Amino acid sequence: MTTDTHRAYWRDNLKLVFTLLCIWFAVSFGAGILFVEELNQFRLGGYKLGFWFAQQGSIYTFVILIFVYARMMARLDKKHGVNREGDL
Amino acid sequence: MSLQLLTYLIVGATFALYIGIAIWARAGSTSEFYVAGGHINPVANGMATAADWMSAASFISMAGMIAFLGYGGSIFLMGWTGGFVLLAMCLAPYLRKYGKFTVPEFIGERYYSRTARIVAVICLIVASVTYVIGQMKGIGVAFSRFLEVDYSTGLLTGMLIVFVYAVMGGMKGITYTQIAQYCVLIFAYTVPVVFISLQLTGNPLPQIGLGSTLVGQDTYLLDKLDQIVVDLGFDQYTTSAKLSTLNMFAYTLSLMIGTAGLPHVIIRFFTVPSVKAARSSAGWALVFIAILYTTAPAVGAMARFNLIDTVSPIDSSEQLAYDERPQWFKNWETTGLLKHEDKNGDGLIQYSADTDTNEMVRVDRDIMVLANPEIAGLPNWVIALIAAGGLAAALSTAAGLLLAISSAISHDLLKGVFKPDITEKQELNASRVAMAVAIVGAGYLGLNPPDFAAGTVALAFGLAASSLFPALMMGIFSLRMNSAGAIAGMVAGLGVTLLYVFQHKGIMFVASTSFLGDMQPNWFLGIEPNAFGAVGALVNFMVAVIVCRFTQPITEQAKQLVLTIRTP
Repeated sequence: MTTDTHRAYWRDNLKLVFTLLCIWFAVSFGAGILFVEELNQFRLGGYKLGFWFAQQGSIYTFVILIFVYARMMARLDKKHGVNREGDL
Repeated sequence: MSLQLLTYLIVGATFALYIGIAIWARAGSTSEFYVAGGHINPVANGMATAADWMSAASFISMAGMIAFLGYGGSIFLMGWTGGFVLLAMCLAPYLRKYGKFTVPEFIGERYYSRTARIVAVICLIVASVTYVIGQMKGIGVAFSRFLEVDYSTGLLTGMLIVFVYAVMGGMKGITYTQIAQYCVLIFAYTVPVVFISLQLTGNPLPQIGLGSTLVGQDTYLLDKLDQIVVDLGFDQYTTSAKLSTLNMFAYTLSLMIGTAGLPHVIIRFFTVPSVKAARSSAGWALVFIAILYTTAPAVGAMARFNLIDTVSPIDSSEQLAYDERPQWFKNWETTGLLKHEDKNGDGLIQYSADTDTNEMVRVDRDIMVLANPEIAGLPNWVIALIAAGGLAAALSTAAGLLLAISSAISHDLLKGVFKPDITEKQELNASRVAMAVAIVGAGYLGLNPPDFAAGTVALAFGLAASSLFPALMMGIFSLRMNSAGAIAGMVAGLGVTLLYVFQHKGIMFVASTSFLGDMQPNWFLGIEPNAFGAVGALVNFMVAVIVCRFTQPITEQAKQLVLTIRTP
């Protein structure tokens, strides 16, 4: 693999991780802690929305984020031709 | 059948299962002993990681804390799950690509320094040992309460079980046993709450039930709970926060980076076959953890609801007479963890936030999960199941920690530093001996818990967050970080965290030696000691970057290593 592909792959990788970590921060520290009072004015069934994010929503989002990461990285591997392991 | 007999049967059956698996999955090579040969399927590894990660604290204590903290308990829910996102995206795939056995090994090679490796071993051992003492204590307590043997017999039985499968099977044995333990613990955790959710809201899914209306009413469960706790003088359940916003933020962040930096969790990702598998395995681990963690808020809220409903019945002006208290109340009174004092002598139970009139003088948080099925009047086998689940949680975490400790000793210290020329067979034997010594040592500390056992979780997380996590992050994401910077950073992060915890909680947690006192006015920026790991990590990063600027640049070899691990 050339250094250029390597650099491009790593740049895409960092961009992806940064985007996903922004969402990670927004649902937990943002919705669950910093803006919890504002969000508590809205409701989701019996849950106040801020409370729901802190005790339920953030956890669901974390799970989704990791699987999105795994899938997008597999796509990046293919795009830059860096995966030499085959499908495992 | 009596509860006692049922408990023996269920706990006995699960133990037979664990030992059977251990015999079937014996380790034959160092690779099998340390990383199960690197052949574990990502889903199975996720399940084992979940059992490894969820300790007696998650199983027994967390829901109880949420029950009494309400919204404030969210720090544990977000902190102990959010760390897996960091682990999955920033550490696991790269460390798997590196493809060796231990965390100090990576730090030693990446920073081309034996000193770095030894510093990492020390951090690892201190963090893991403090953590394992708590697990040993949990095992002793669970055995003694459920099997009605004394504490030391309980602890010895637990040590013996861990000894059999961990020493024999190493990571391979531990992984397969942890899968079985996960099944036992998740079943035990969810079955009671499904019944309770059905009773209260008519919805079997606790995550939905918690947001539903009460059976036969138009009121939402959480609104009703808010109203009844406020009537009793407590803070509103869904908004009460004991900590300031800054402290909640720092506390959650400390737990997250501590989670990502704990070595016994990281080494789990060395056991999967590929980088790709390491990425998805972290996701599976979180799925299996989330099943328990999204159920816990329902366990907490519903336990609080049922507890209040029993002692001062909701929708009725009458109070419960002490003489008519239910059987579970009496059972827990004998343990001393639940205590009533008839202050005004009317023979009734008054429960309120006002310390002058409150007659429920002690309601220990840790009894909530264990007493929950009894409070809801569920059958005996469900109660017996909880005992097996709690033991599974404590045993699986203890085994994982012991493996991390023993591999650091045999692989990093013995093979890596003192006797590099030993054969694989000798190393394997050495790791078995190290494991046995670690178990006996942890057991001894569990029998004679040092005073500081209660305060140590903060230290374990603080250490992992402030020393190992930043060193690993910079080792992967920086092409410039050199050995001097990394070592200085680890020492500074570790030092500042230790200093802060000790100065407020006492040197080695002996309260009288605390020179600033555990008092809010003395806290740096008002951050409490348990939440200080985040600050320690920040100090680590800053010191490392500054020292790196003024010292010899990174070697070409280390640079090549970083470039190699960045591609799968």
